[in-house]
Amino acid sequence: MIPAAFEWHSETVWDVLPTLLEQFLKVTLVVTVLSTLIAAVLGLVIAMVMRISPRPVAGTVKWIANFIRMTPIVVQLLFAYYTFLSLDALTIGVIVFGIHYSTYMSEVYRAGIDAVPKGQWEATTALSMSTRRTWTAVVIPQALRATIPALGNYAVSMFKDTPFLLVIGVVELVNAGLIYGGNTYRYIEPLTLVGVIFLLASYPTSLLIGRLEKRLAFNT
Amino acid sequence: MDKPGNRAAAPVIEFRDVEKAFGDNVVLHDLNFSVAKGDRVTLIGPSGSGKTTILRLVMTLEEATGGYIFIDGEPLTHEERNGKRVERSKKDQKRIRQRIGMVFQQFNLFPNMTVLENIIEAPVHVLGQSKSEAGTKARELLEKVGLADKADAHPTSLSGGQQQRVAIARALAMDPEILLLDEVTSALDPEIVGEVLAILRNIAETTDITMLIVTHEMQFARDVSNRVLMFDGGKIVEEAAPEVMFSSPKHQRTQDFLHAVLGDADGTIGTH
Amino acid sequence: MDQKLAALGEALPRLLDGLWVTVELTVLGGLAAFVLSVILGLAAAHPSRWARIPARIVIEFFRGTSLVVQLFWLFFVLPLLGIDMHPLVVGVLALGLNYGAYGAEVVRGSINSVPTGQWEATTALSLGPVQRMYRIIFPQAWALMIPSLSNLLIHLMKGTAIVSFITIADFTYHLDQLKRVTDTIFAYGVVGLLSYFIIALILTFLMNALENRAKRKLGQQVTLRKVLSPAPTATTEAGGAA
Repeated sequence: MIPAAFEWHSETVWDVLPTLLEQFLKVTLVVTVLSTLIAAVLGLVIAMVMRISPRPVAGTVKWIANFIRMTPIVVQLLFAYYTFLSLDALTIGVIVFGIHYSTYMSEVYRAGIDAVPKGQWEATTALSMSTRRTWTAVVIPQALRATIPALGNYAVSMFKDTPFLLVIGVVELVNAGLIYGGNTYRYIEPLTLVGVIFLLASYPTSLLIGRLEKRLAFNT
Repeated sequence: MDKPGNRAAAPVIEFRDVEKAFGDNVVLHDLNFSVAKGDRVTLIGPSGSGKTTILRLVMTLEEATGGYIFIDGEPLTHEERNGKRVERSKKDQKRIRQRIGMVFQQFNLFPNMTVLENIIEAPVHVLGQSKSEAGTKARELLEKVGLADKADAHPTSLSGGQQQRVAIARALAMDPEILLLDEVTSALDPEIVGEVLAILRNIAETTDITMLIVTHEMQFARDVSNRVLMFDGGKIVEEAAPEVMFSSPKHQRTQDFLHAVLGDADGTIGTH
Repeated sequence: MDQKLAALGEALPRLLDGLWVTVELTVLGGLAAFVLSVILGLAAAHPSRWARIPARIVIEFFRGTSLVVQLFWLFFVLPLLGIDMHPLVVGVLALGLNYGAYGAEVVRGSINSVPTGQWEATTALSLGPVQRMYRIIFPQAWALMIPSLSNLLIHLMKGTAIVSFITIADFTYHLDQLKRVTDTIFAYGVVGLLSYFIIALILTFLMNALENRAKRKLGQQVTLRKVLSPAPTATTEAGGAA
């Protein structure tokens, strides 16, 4: 006995779907991809800086990373949006997401680098390999095997976090649904569709990443 | 610090008053010994006696907390300047270290490279050889260790014994003056130990590389070395030629150790 | 600067109200999530498919749809179903469902990480399933799951910052008011981010202490340094961050 107010209008579905998909492709996916790239690169930089630098520098970087990681992305978005007035909301969103997630990625890289057996480092010393070569030929390739699935998982997380961009007015998927609802007073269909789109996009991807993880593990 | 005339007479490895402490644990203390060119020295003794540490100090995997180590008469990591113990530049350390090679108990091959890539890595990027030059030499070495057909295989597809043979080839590719062997057969199945030791025997016979060996394989030590040093508690307890050491050790500690390891201190040993 | 501090002083009562709301959401949401995590996690780890499959469906549903979607959906749709809830309850519900699903995975993983030998010992001692879980397995899994649950709690706290969009006047909402009177950097940066950071540190510290206690009960030692450290556990299992 569902109340009359809860009606499902099928025609609304077809009405709103194009808009939703458009914003999904133009905004949600774009932000996810770009931010993932930024996070992947910046995260590695942070991990290497922390590994190579002297204690005080590494310690400072660590605390800055902790600060960014442990504070709400919403507040960081608002902070950046009202501070860097010359940039548009989408750019700010990409950068803030990238930086925020790079702090997580740096931890994954750190774990990946730490997981490279000590014997590997010792072998590079025994062969007198340069620092650069040690990192590029031996350590990073081995560390990356563990980090790529993690990177994939964080990309999916980022994807699910893109709705936070609505606080600075970015019209991503959820915001598109809300705007439609605001105009037509039909909220059920858009919001349900948005949920379905998220589920259809993220669940299979997570499964694929799980498979990738198993394939990438070294058969030791 | 070292004059041309002295060079020829200088030992290949010299430990002078070396001390190594891990925090409060002093593993080596007042250690003095030297190794001449072409020597095959085996270090024996109970675990924790410091023998592996000595190898790791020569390979600069650990840093001595006191004293000096000389390679070909040149100080390796620290030198004395104006009466103070001072660290040498990383560049100098690296230059000297290139003459030293090491084979590890756990092989430590790079799993993200093929066998061939493992072997040519250092010759190409450290010695500046061309890929083809290093590749040719690498294949010769693989031939020598009996793995010519495995050049493009990945380390993870090889058995332990095969991996260790590749590791030996990798170390030899650098044309080292000194080869450090740290319990290289201890992680291998007993049946496979022989194939690795055969290669090391071959190296000992066909080259004049100075070898510093830590091993439990007493027969091998007997076959290959010209000197055996017995360690205990970070000090050299006894030193002798293998025939003497294994058949009639003088010190009680050596006798006890050999008795425990071999069952009989009279030279009858069962392994390879 | 003085002017900013004065404005801060003036805004303080409202900020504290907002802070209290944020804390409420975090604690209540966290508790709701924990309860759901345990129920779903135990079900997902259960030998019977009748428990595992429905649990798996619920878990993947709430993990796969995003927190914000769930929040707005509940906010707009529940009234149409005749369920009129205070926005705060909607917020706690959404947070609990979303993070409960993530937590369920952690609980499931931890239960499966308890060494097989422990399970076998309970069989050898003829312990019943409830006793086995309650007295032996869960206490050991508990120590294992705290770091990841602690991570999720921080995520949850960060997630509360969006509730002003379903008309809850939380800390972030009042920060906006402060911004109008002072400036962005002071309001959002100094006061805002710093306050959230302090809350996060306190939460981490409490969870580390909890882990310490759990480990001590199992006879494992944890150093004080670890208790004070805010480092996250790097897992490939990522929750929604916020």
